[in-house]
Amino acid sequence: MDIVVCIKQVPDPDYFSQIVLDPVTKAIRREGIPLIMNPVDRNAIEAALQLQERFSGKVTVLTMGPPQSREALEEGLAMGAEEAVLLCDRAFAGADAFATAYTLAAAIKEFCPFNLVLCGSETVDSGTKMVGPMLAEFLDIPYATNVRAMNFVTEGICLAETAIENGCMKVELGLPALITVNKAINEPRIPTVLGIMQVASKKLLMYGANGLGVPPEKLGLAGSPTRVASLFDFKQKRRLETLRGDPQHVASKAVAKLREWHAV
Amino acid sequence: MVRPDMSRHKEIWVYAEQTAGHLARVGLELLGKASELSDKLGAGLACVLVGYRGEKLASELLSYGVEKVYFVDDPKLEHYQNQAYAGVVADLVEEHRPEIFLFGATEMGEDLAPCIAAKVGTGLTAHCVDLRIEDCDGALILHQTVPGWGGGKRVDIICPRKRPQMATVKPGVFTVPRHKRNAGGKILRVTPQLHEKHFRARTVEVQKGQACERPVEEAEVVVAAGWGVNSLGSLDLVRELSDLLRGAVAGTRPLLDKGLITQDRMIGQSGKVVGPNLFISLGASGAMHFSTGFERAKFVLAVDQNPQAPIFQVADVGIIGDLREVLPCLIEEFRKLKKAM
Ligand SMILES: Cc1cc2nc3c(=O)[nH]c(=O)nc-3n(C[C@H](O)[C@H](O)[C@H](O)COP(=O)(O)OP(=O)(O)OC[C@H]3O[C@@H](n4cnc5c(N)ncnc54)[C@H](O)[C@@H]3O)c2cc1C
Ligand SMILES: Cc1cc2nc3c(=O)[nH]c(=O)nc-3n(C[C@H](O)[C@H](O)[C@H](O)COP(=O)(O)OP(=O)(O)OC[C@H]3O[C@@H](n4cnc5c(N)ncnc54)[C@H](O)[C@@H]3O)c2cc1C
Repeated sequence: MDIVVCIKQVPDPDYFSQIVLDPVTKAIRREGIPLIMNPVDRNAIEAALQLQERFSGKVTVLTMGPPQSREALEEGLAMGAEEAVLLCDRAFAGADAFATAYTLAAAIKEFCPFNLVLCGSETVDSGTKMVGPMLAEFLDIPYATNVRAMNFVTEGICLAETAIENGCMKVELGLPALITVNKAINEPRIPTVLGIMQVASKKLLMYGANGLGVPPEKLGLAGSPTRVASLFDFKQKRRLETLRGDPQHVASKAVAKLREWHAV
Repeated sequence: MVRPDMSRHKEIWVYAEQTAGHLARVGLELLGKASELSDKLGAGLACVLVGYRGEKLASELLSYGVEKVYFVDDPKLEHYQNQAYAGVVADLVEEHRPEIFLFGATEMGEDLAPCIAAKVGTGLTAHCVDLRIEDCDGALILHQTVPGWGGGKRVDIICPRKRPQMATVKPGVFTVPRHKRNAGGKILRVTPQLHEKHFRARTVEVQKGQACERPVEEAEVVVAAGWGVNSLGSLDLVRELSDLLRGAVAGTRPLLDKGLITQDRMIGQSGKVVGPNLFISLGASGAMHFSTGFERAKFVLAVDQNPQAPIFQVADVGIIGDLREVLPCLIEEFRKLKKAM
């Protein structure tokens, strides 16, 4: 079973409060924010490696991003993926979810023969949850999202359990198919020292827009139906009254205030 | 590809999600907002309902002032099937070309909407917290506000060239509008063109337990516990306060991770968005991921022992103190108040 795992490099959420806006240009400034592999994408890699151990085949990790996102791919290789593909070109910059999925689909069709495509259910930075289903549509294959268990009845048929509000849904998929997994599906392995040493000998291929056979107006910002119109800091409007001191006294004062505002 | 078509009467569509004969509340919430947008845009308001034997649901939608319900009815569509639903809805979009199409960001809505957007070749904006019509050089464009990077930033997203302008909205962001009497809308029954290809992914079973408690989005008072409640040894006092105020107990992510609350009780970016009259936060530091979930609350009362905790930046009244001392007094004060009322 040949599996392509799509991964994304994202800013570490622990540092989100340090992301600031340039007061003049309103552009985002994220210098010094560490980058990590989107956490649930590790679960997708783990799921792929487990399937590969069972059915054999090849696991490829794929990302579209700036040059430094090769770090995320190297981490995937260290976990045990056989090959990595980096889509990197100025022409890809500014892609929304639609253009991201379109570009990933073009690359998969061109470079990665597959039976199964795995994605994370969502990223921690923008978390639209849209790349998976859109990618499936562009590849013209069936899909299931937010999957917490995969049961391969045979190598060609997967019974996927997807989490929904107060319950679950069981979806039967004939391969080739795309599945987005959530964190409940497994516990991702930590790369071993041997795994890390093997990275250097594995193939990490880099492609630009030229190799994809897609007109430039389909890529990056040009190929994105959505646009960022503006970016601003957000603050809730609150009264910000604080009380401290004797517990009895502050409790009584707080309730009196709520009463005065007709909050109770 | 669908392009803006100014020659016809414009429509705003809302996807009316249903499971097992019940409309999802978020669809109704969207109707309220969509009706506001349709006034601004001078557009009609329509719903899309997909399922089997859903006449009752279609009439229910009309009672909210919807002018048209496109009702796709087929026994094969009784259960949610992502590709089949996406296929029939995309066909409807191609035929009628709505200006705007809104979806609830439920599990099913988030599974379905991106596939439809990809099929019809338009953009989709996820998890909007506000929707407005604005004039951009003479064109009336939908501005879609989304939270970014943990909630501390807001981004306005537009879809200037492609139609429909599509967006998802989490449950709880907007409020359900009132019923309108004799709205005079009509139900348009659609017979879908279904193919084998639509069922390459086939839903074989849907298990949906009844939520045992009232959804936290519907409570007038929400009492949210943070990691600091550990000092109390249990949630008993938190429950006591919530019961006293006829509220709902909720919590932060660490409480979910510890199994003290269920997923449907976690407030925040990756959980529930609530807008109660009163939101009480007990021992939560106020991370943006969390506070973005109660931004619509009318009043916020917070208790935390750390005067620097960001929770005090999003509270109307904040008590700096130890929960073990403050919470019993608060309960006492609320009890006194109840007696006096
Ligand atoms: C605050 C903010 C809000 C945004 N809102 C929108 C919006 O509403 N609509 C919109 O179209 N765009 C939006 N974007 C742009 C969006 O972030 C990018 O399009 C991004 O490339 C993909 O979206 P995501 O991170 O939400 O991915 P998700 O759909 O949440 O990602 C799911 C999975 O898809 C795979 N994946 C995602 N990106 C890549 C990649 N580059 N390479 C390989 N695999 C990948 C991974 O497996 C990932 O786990 C927004 C960006 C920001 C910063
Ligand atoms: C991508 C992403 C998404 C996330 N989504 C969510 C989400 O949707 N919802 C969510 O809640 N979190 C979410 N988080 C986690 C979030 O960032 C915070 O870590 C979390 O909200 C912290 O929870 P807390 O306030 O309960 O715990 P802490 O931050 O540990 O705060 C505990 C507080 O209790 C106080 N305290 C301790 N003892 C006492 C006492 N005796 N009396 C009074 N006060 C006391 C402390 O002073 C402290 O302020 C997300 C994180 C990421 C990375």
